[in-house]
Amino acid sequence: MSTQRPMVEVRGARKSFGAVEVLKGIDLSVERGQIVAIIGPSGSGKSTLLRSINHLETLNGGEVWLDGVQVNQPLNGQAFERHINKVRQQMGMVFQHFNLFPHLTVIENITMGPVILKGMAKAEARALAHGLLSKVGLADKIDAYPSRLSGGQKQRVAIARALAMQPKVMLFDEATSALDPELVDEVNAVMKQLAAEHMTMLIVTHEMRFAGEVADRVLFMDGGVVVEEGPPADIFRAPQKERTRSFLKKYLSA
Amino acid sequence: MLRVFPFFVEAALVTLELTALALLLGLAAAALAAAGRMSRSAILRAVGTAYVSLFRGTPCLIQLFVLYFGGPQIGINLDPFAAGVIGLGLNIGAYMAESIRGAVVAVDRGQTEAARTIGFSRFQTLRKVVLPQAARLMIRPLGVNTVALLKGSALVSTISVVELTYTAQRFIGSTYKPFEIFGVAALLYMVMVYAVARLVDMLDRRFAIV
Repeated sequence: MSTQRPMVEVRGARKSFGAVEVLKGIDLSVERGQIVAIIGPSGSGKSTLLRSINHLETLNGGEVWLDGVQVNQPLNGQAFERHINKVRQQMGMVFQHFNLFPHLTVIENITMGPVILKGMAKAEARALAHGLLSKVGLADKIDAYPSRLSGGQKQRVAIARALAMQPKVMLFDEATSALDPELVDEVNAVMKQLAAEHMTMLIVTHEMRFAGEVADRVLFMDGGVVVEEGPPADIFRAPQKERTRSFLKKYLSA
Repeated sequence: MLRVFPFFVEAALVTLELTALALLLGLAAAALAAAGRMSRSAILRAVGTAYVSLFRGTPCLIQLFVLYFGGPQIGINLDPFAAGVIGLGLNIGAYMAESIRGAVVAVDRGQTEAARTIGFSRFQTLRKVVLPQAARLMIRPLGVNTVALLKGSALVSTISVVELTYTAQRFIGSTYKPFEIFGVAALLYMVMVYAVARLVDMLDRRFAIV
């Protein structure tokens, strides 16, 4: 596969929930190793866009591509099921509410994917999980159940769980929105570390400062369209569109 | 009274046996019906829903009568005990199907989403993530169903299954002491219900998610 091809590409994405059109033709391209932050008010469609990339939402129109493979291929039934399960193994997704499996320990949460889906030997998966937990600073919680962890710890385990599949891209859906303010930094630090390792990332966030620090490019969405996009310095310091200006003003004064 | 007590204990054991067998049949029917109702196939959903509506929407007593008295007309000849097990089992299965479905639906949707985004198939997600959590949630409702089944088993006395209620009725004729006789029967039911309730408590604690 050519390295010129974008890692993630969205073309003309449309999505409606009933009569409400939440995505009105979105185009997006993320290069290998690039970090794109998606900002915008609630209901702007930014989470729906991210979820569509992973096919948690089925688009009504448009295409999603991951590294040269169409994610939302027009296949039927079992054929699509097989296809999407393969594609999803190459994307890591992190949710606002962590969604750790409460009946499994931290290490079981992490090794489950590699062992079952990739046929990795248990010992190898444990070593991998141990390394990832050290990386997110939770090596001592290896045998704990999720209920014993703080929100920030849960989210760091969720990130480790996603990384265990060695994904090509990481999708973060408001990963710090459900956290107490003092726990946000520990999660952001892990994301910054991934950024330093050139992980391709799409980050839906309400944290403008973090977006400005970590992103190569910022997309401002409102009303189901991309209103404005560019380097963080341009978007945050010199937004061109009135809607972007008023959104940022409200946000930064809050 | 002391003279008849051993007969009561024996009859209570029949009630327990009847309940246990109907429970097994009911759980099997319930698992199938719940799977049907949650299936992506419209036909399986319809079959599951029809079963649940039919058996929850009509009196258990009528279901037993149709099976035991009506059965021979269409070539189904069952002895009272078998008819009792099948009738009670199919009836409680309809309630248990809803207990199972409720528990599966109660597992947070985020769990399914997380599993699917890792790349697990529908079936793997159900087996490894949803069902282990749902199993815990269904212990109590299924326990309530089991207690209802145990008490409801008294109905099969009407199709002459010699269980606790039938035995009590038989001794009224010879003793003329309905208060004592039915009182003892009630006491034995209470002991059995208490035992089932304790068992459910134990299971619930055993499978609690820490």
